[in-house]
Amino acid sequence: MQTTATSAFPTRNTVIPFGPQHPVLPEPLQLRLVLEDERVVEALPAIGYCHRGLEKIAEKKDFIQNVYLVERICGICSFMHSLTYCQGIEELMKVDVPSRAKHLRVVWAELHRMHSHLLFLGLVSDAFGFENLFMQLWRVREHILEIMEKTAGARIMLSVCSIGGVRRDLDDGQMAEVLRVLDRVEHELEEILPTLMNDYSVRQRLCGVGLLSPDKAHDLGAVGPTARASGIPMDHRQTGYAAYGDLGGVTPVTETAGDCYARIMIRVRELHQSAEFVRKAIQKIPAGPIAVPVKGNPDGEVLVRMEQPRGELIFYIKGNGTRNLERFRARTPTFANLPALLHMLPGCQLADVPVIILSIDPCISCTER
Amino acid sequence: MFTLIGNIVRCLFRKPVTRLYPVEVKPAVAGCRGQLHIRIEECIFCGACQRRCPANAITVGKQPKSWTLDPYRCIVCGYCVEVCPKKCLVMRPEHFKP
Repeated sequence: MQTTATSAFPTRNTVIPFGPQHPVLPEPLQLRLVLEDERVVEALPAIGYCHRGLEKIAEKKDFIQNVYLVERICGICSFMHSLTYCQGIEELMKVDVPSRAKHLRVVWAELHRMHSHLLFLGLVSDAFGFENLFMQLWRVREHILEIMEKTAGARIMLSVCSIGGVRRDLDDGQMAEVLRVLDRVEHELEEILPTLMNDYSVRQRLCGVGLLSPDKAHDLGAVGPTARASGIPMDHRQTGYAAYGDLGGVTPVTETAGDCYARIMIRVRELHQSAEFVRKAIQKIPAGPIAVPVKGNPDGEVLVRMEQPRGELIFYIKGNGTRNLERFRARTPTFANLPALLHMLPGCQLADVPVIILSIDPCISCTER
Repeated sequence: MFTLIGNIVRCLFRKPVTRLYPVEVKPAVAGCRGQLHIRIEECIFCGACQRRCPANAITVGKQPKSWTLDPYRCIVCGYCVEVCPKKCLVMRPEHFKP
């Protein structure tokens, strides 16, 4: 902690380095908080603590190996990264993915969204001091991780998405089990979520905290639940990629308050929306092959966008006709949400900073790649 | 205000959700990618697995013939299992023990 009296801050302000090691931060992010008493005047970010150079490594590996590499950009929504990458390469190589594979991709993508949202809700509960709720939510999340292990062979790093389709199929028994698990998860959430939504202490900590107006959300380029909580109906699943187009389309879940409570409610409501998508995908899944063989090498460039649990994910892929890519670039949702976060913090109390930071569900390893 | 009371009472009388690892180990799930295993007598040392491995975890020697896996580098993706021409690589569900 240091006290400054610079020209930018004429009164004597306190600067607190929030992070990179902090109990509420699962990953290393530093925010230098300029405080006037307990009130935040300004937040200055410092990132770069877990940069791994994955974009450069992607130029060294061949384009098929990169499926497993990009999956490791994030340790939470890994399937979304491999799906986005595969869709980009398939677009470049004009591969027509079988419909069954597209439906299976939706099943795993939405299961991933559910576990990511439950992880977030648990972490944010812990951040505002409701440890019991944190444990309850993570217990429910475990059911989803177990069904992913049974269907895909791993809990988080599924490695089931491949260029041209998917690597594993689900038989009728496995699909029935996925549906059983979803029913169980929703049944258990019925008991837990009312506490998160209606509890007096929870609302006191979240309502009206970290406000982001719709105009500011738009101007600062906020994406995903952060934008939707401010009333912007933006969800890239509306474009109908994978099998979303065949499943009746997507209506974005929106709130209007733009505070931490609204951002949490978006995730709560999206849990049910995702469960519904899994059910629809399993109901409508057609018979047929799960992958098509892919020949040749990617040539040309493509910009592919997808809706991750945290928002819009963009991959830029440039191939040059060889097995190695010429350039690979990832723009992750947390990177887009950081300016919005820096706008939310000034004016808030120091005690609210952890909750506001967590309300955008920051994924720093995604951001820094 | 008391929405979690029923849950708390039930938790008092049921066994813990967590396990006392490593005393109690979770049973391996069928089909899970736990660790890579080779039936070395069937291997022709073609090196396809080494070339495809995204993590450079496999080393194949032609003279003398050898096949080595670095378990700490292996990301258990199963790509090598798919490309093996003799199908002598298998993914076992039990996880690698440190």
